Amino acid sequence: MSLLEISGLSLSYGSSQALFDVNLEIAPGEVVALMGRNGMGKTTTVKAICRMLPSQGRLVFDGQDLHRLPSHKAARLGIGLVPEGRRCFRDLTVRENLLATARPGDWGLEEVEALFPRLGERDSQRAASLSGGEQQMLAIGRALMTNPRLLILDEATEGLAPIIRQEIWAAIARLKRDTGMAILLIDKTLRELQQVSDKAVIIERGKTVWSGDMAALPADVSERYVGV
Amino acid sequence: MIGERYLNLLVLAALMAVPLWALAADEPFTITLATRAVILALAAVGLNIALGMGGLVSLGHAVFFGLGGYAMGILASHAQSYTPLELFGLTIEGTKSMPVIWLTAIIISALAAWGIGLLSLRTSGVYFIMITLAFGQMFYYFAISWSAYGGEDGLSIYVRNGFPGLNTLVPIEYFGLCFAVLCLALLLNARLQGSPFGLALNAARQVPARVETVGLDPMRLKLLAFVLSGAITGLAGALFADLNRFVSPTMFSWQLSGELIVLIVIGGVGRLMGPVIGACLFVTLEHWLGGITEFWHVFLGAILLLIVLFARGGIVGLLTGKEGPHV
Repeated sequence: MSLLEISGLSLSYGSSQALFDVNLEIAPGEVVALMGRNGMGKTTTVKAICRMLPSQGRLVFDGQDLHRLPSHKAARLGIGLVPEGRRCFRDLTVRENLLATARPGDWGLEEVEALFPRLGERDSQRAASLSGGEQQMLAIGRALMTNPRLLILDEATEGLAPIIRQEIWAAIARLKRDTGMAILLIDKTLRELQQVSDKAVIIERGKTVWSGDMAALPADVSERYVGV
Repeated sequence: MIGERYLNLLVLAALMAVPLWALAADEPFTITLATRAVILALAAVGLNIALGMGGLVSLGHAVFFGLGGYAMGILASHAQSYTPLELFGLTIEGTKSMPVIWLTAIIISALAAWGIGLLSLRTSGVYFIMITLAFGQMFYYFAISWSAYGGEDGLSIYVRNGFPGLNTLVPIEYFGLCFAVLCLALLLNARLQGSPFGLALNAARQVPARVETVGLDPMRLKLLAFVLSGAITGLAGALFADLNRFVSPTMFSWQLSGELIVLIVIGGVGRLMGPVIGACLFVTLEHWLGGITEFWHVFLGAILLLIVLFARGGIVGLLTGKEGPHV
């Protein structure tokens, strides 16, 4: 049974339609890469999943229709979002950022700081004073503290130094290996996505144009819709 | 620069020392001034939960201050006239007991904050300021026309209400009681700031949309903060009315709501001792400059201007060298 089922998803920003027919399924423990060029509807799909924008179509998480739920209740079902642009709580310290969102489960302060030791070293530092990479780690840690069953990472390595990107990809690989967490990944680096993802879904102009095993992704499809 | 913890202790010690000195020097009026500062600080500590932690710029907090005052005035006036209060078919005896009056003030203010919060928290920014101001004006004009309890002239209570084991008519004893209540409110505030609720509220103030995606309901967080805030300000209103033994519609006035905001901004928004420092400075200026010129508010305005321009963390931020939350 799928953890997340999306079919025929459509969404409009006022009179401008952004999503037409998005189809996507994620099973428990599966890592799925959501791919496509800029402006094709990847982040909008994530916003629809998190109920940040109203949408139509089938949107079911663990048997529950997400369309019936406000954003915070959808998150409480077990959807953890690491948003594009990090959006940490700037005035709170690293520790406070993590504790503000904590919910009971396997992931606590200790586990997050073990995954990202840099966060442990900057425990009492304000989020605003962290580097971009550290803020990204904090955003991932904050989502993990909610003990999600589905973790959504929207451009988690964008604009970061290569060494920090490596750390984040290593953490994602560790999450896949050591936890039963499903992960939905949006990123522009195909090589890393191929290494860590089980499946791929490609979106073009608000429609799912290809989905299947990542290993079976044809080079011409990738070239045509993702540009690499 | 001084550590914030040391500064907090220093402020409390100074606030306690002034009336003790006044007692030794036989200056009872100074004790009354200190009591007034403590009560205003308590009202502002309440508002600081909504303003500092929740980012809610409420220009209607005088509603809760006034409700607390009128809770005291109505209960005490019925007790002093030996006539029961008829309310919705219920007969309620008046009382001169402070704990009962405080509880009533807290419950009524909390209920009013819940109702006002439910409506006004649907808005934000300038609309929130305006809607809370509108509620304040509604209560103000209602009190003016409420002739059963003095209308515009207000309501006098002849003898201060009683607290078990204390003679509240002795200024230093009433100061001690108010100071103890302020310390409890500060303790609650300090615990709240570090609690999961306080952190979540702080997060909701900074990025409301983002807290929803981590499973928190910002509306619920802010409503709870508003109710807590209103309840504490209501308790301060009951103490203020008992200090003056007088209640009037001015307790509901928007100027009072504004003054509470001003003293928090001067002391430090979101800082534990911000409201206390602001209230002490306010009462000192009111007494000292007020004796020199009736236009003393001009000097208060100048101080506010300097702080807003050059010390965003208020006096606490200035002394500790740390910036406050960005409200």
